[in-house]
Amino acid sequence: MSITRDEVAHLARLSRLALGDEELDHFAVQLDAIVSAVARVQEVAAEDIPPTTHALPLVNVFRADEVRPSLGTAEALSGAPAAEDERFRVPRILEED
Amino acid sequence: MCLGLPGALPVVNEKAIEFAIRIGLALNCEIAEWCRFARKNYFYPDMPKDFQISQYDEPICFDGYLDVEVEGETYRIGIERAHLEEDTGKSTHVGGATGRIHGADYSLVDYNRSGIPLIEIVTKPIEATEEKAPLVARAYATELRELVRALGASDVRMEEGSMRCDVNVSLMPKGAAEWGTRTETKNVNSLRSVERSVRFEVERQAGVLDAGGRIVQETRHFHEGDGSTSPGRSKEEAQDYRYFPEPDLVPVAPSRAWVEEIRATLPELPAARRVRVKAAWSLTDEELRDVINAGALDLIEETVAAGAAPGAARKWWMNELSRTATARGVELAALPITAAQVARIQALVDAGELNDKLARKVFEGVLAGEGTPDEVVAGRGLKVVSDEGALLALVDQVIAENADAARKVRDGKVAAAGALVGAIMKASRGQADAGRARELILERLGQS
Repeated sequence: MSITRDEVAHLARLSRLALGDEELDHFAVQLDAIVSAVARVQEVAAEDIPPTTHALPLVNVFRADEVRPSLGTAEALSGAPAAEDERFRVPRILEED
Repeated sequence: MCLGLPGALPVVNEKAIEFAIRIGLALNCEIAEWCRFARKNYFYPDMPKDFQISQYDEPICFDGYLDVEVEGETYRIGIERAHLEEDTGKSTHVGGATGRIHGADYSLVDYNRSGIPLIEIVTKPIEATEEKAPLVARAYATELRELVRALGASDVRMEEGSMRCDVNVSLMPKGAAEWGTRTETKNVNSLRSVERSVRFEVERQAGVLDAGGRIVQETRHFHEGDGSTSPGRSKEEAQDYRYFPEPDLVPVAPSRAWVEEIRATLPELPAARRVRVKAAWSLTDEELRDVINAGALDLIEETVAAGAAPGAARKWWMNELSRTATARGVELAALPITAAQVARIQALVDAGELNDKLARKVFEGVLAGEGTPDEVVAGRGLKVVSDEGALLALVDQVIAENADAARKVRDGKVAAAGALVGAIMKASRGQADAGRARELILERLGQS
């Protein structure tokens, strides 16, 4: 398993992160080290050990279907750089073709 | 949680799981014994935390079906899966000609529905529908809406976005063995639009194929105005949502006992109900369809349950009350009158205390907020005077007040009784039984 520079560039694009050439090289090495370290778990994972995603043996943690007080419109919008018509105003989402 | 902000810690609403299982059972699905939520990562302002909690390869419901009828033929719609996710904010694109994301100057985002439980129901390919594909698609969406409404899981108002459809279409040329490339059309927000968007895509794809072209796999956008579809994001990257198990939610493992408990409380489903109601009320297919389309099925059934005969209950809701609802621009169920009140008015008609004309006045009064039917009858003094004693007193009074006419009748000019009947109707403000009044006058004046 190794993380390539191209994969880091792809991830950066998906995450809208602008990374320079040096940063791509830098993160590729670091991410590779992390992923390789985690991959070692597979060396000890036997057939009879199911893939584990949660450390706690818990299931069915639910809350009741109750309406609780929440932010009002003014408060919710108080941190917005721009608002209009009681909604958040955001810049154009797609670039023009 | 309220604004879909990063760092919000989610908790699963138990009712959402219960409703998902109810829907799954009603769709003849298997219910997962164990399943997880997953993060679907994407970058879009409708979810500031940049991922949506969804389910990926472990949906809570899978492998079901729903039967729908089109022009007397039954189609079994295979259900691939039904999974739970959280809804995202609602975007409105401002500027540009069409309100579409393309050409918009900016967008407005309303986060009120972000984080609200949403169930996504995915069908298997519905094959061999040929030219009926648009009707089958519409019939499925209609039946699904009825079903979810009957289960009480949603108000399924498509115009308000509480039920939304994505329509997938692909063609298999005659003689071919495999399906062609599929397109997905979004923004299909009414049952009629489901039918139109499928029809448009079938014709568009057939045109491309007939001209020797290729179908591009893409997301398309439906336009209400002319019923057409157009390509969505032109520079869309291959979708890469980087799904991974949601670390903030533990798995859901509905016990079989819980699933069976939910199964036992499923209500009568729409298909069974239609069969029962049609027989019990002696309706034709068209009459039943009209009742359903008018949103009157529940109301009529409640009115019948409150004691009215099915024919009478249907008459009031489908005529008098439907007209009022249309005039006021509201749904039938939103009128300020209850099924029990309609049944009460009909009971007064059945007892002979109101005739149809007076009953209409009682409806008018109740709808105008004058109170219950009995209060309106009392307040407006609307009872038919069928009480013999009261009517006789009126007859005697009118005879005394109209001595000339009375003498003529006594002398054998029976036609003169008309003036006396008229006087009685006037005195009773239309509430006397005119036929009976005439008999009593002739009797009193020795002409019977």
